[in-house]
Amino acid sequence: MFVTVLFVVFAAIALGSAIGVVISRNPVHSALWLVGTLLAIAGFFVLQKAYLLSAVQVIVYASAIVVLFLFVIMLLGVDREESLGDPLRIQRPLAIGLGLIGFVLLVGIMGNRWATGAQTVTGPLRGGSGGNVEHVARALFTTYLWPFELTSALLVVGVVGGVALARRSNAEEEEAA
Amino acid sequence: MTPTATWYLVVAALLFSIGAVGMLVRRNVIVMFMCVELMLNAVNLSFVAFSTQLEDVGGQVSVFFVLVVAAAEVAIGLALIVAVFRRRRSGATADDIAELRG
Repeated sequence: MFVTVLFVVFAAIALGSAIGVVISRNPVHSALWLVGTLLAIAGFFVLQKAYLLSAVQVIVYASAIVVLFLFVIMLLGVDREESLGDPLRIQRPLAIGLGLIGFVLLVGIMGNRWATGAQTVTGPLRGGSGGNVEHVARALFTTYLWPFELTSALLVVGVVGGVALARRSNAEEEEAA
Repeated sequence: MTPTATWYLVVAALLFSIGAVGMLVRRNVIVMFMCVELMLNAVNLSFVAFSTQLEDVGGQVSVFFVLVVAAAEVAIGLALIVAVFRRRRSGATADDIAELRG
């Protein structure tokens, strides 16, 4: 019963904050609403006993990524209010209609049989020695070792690309000076 | 009555739809990025729900990889927005970037 109450609370926070992200005029407010959604999803992870992921969610998403968003908003000064009026009048009703259709399809496709198939194909989730962290780590460093190492290459490419894109070239600096 | 995987999947579907509608409706590129994050998080939630349902660790590992890709995507995307904004002082909305089409 307690778990159900927590689920409803987290669901309300997640969905309410998500709507807040979409309808806030000010991008800073959107970023702060986003924190609400991300924390509620971390709560969902705890409810499903995915403890490692909930910690990673809070550390990486709710702090690092949101700080990056806020930093860019501050850097660019684009925090002025945006008029939500739309040049294309049909766009908004169309988007909401398409979103509803998408939701109905997502729910309808799966019907009542949400998850079928063999259990525990790639590795056990519980049992044996150790908790959630050990189980995820064992899978990550054995079965998924190669993709895991590849992500480091992806992150290096991301860092180098970010620096290269955001850096002022010398010519531009002289122009500005 | 405890929450089953179905409950989580319905919440994830709702969250994904909200993100998709936001992506279509908003014109501020940074807010559009946040909507992408919403959709990625909805997918993460369904990954974990399936992982719990099937007692399989693979779903949680997938979430880990999605997180890494999302972090790289945000870093590059925001650098792109900074680059666009530097060229066009007037702003970096979707309408400004529409000039990119040939």
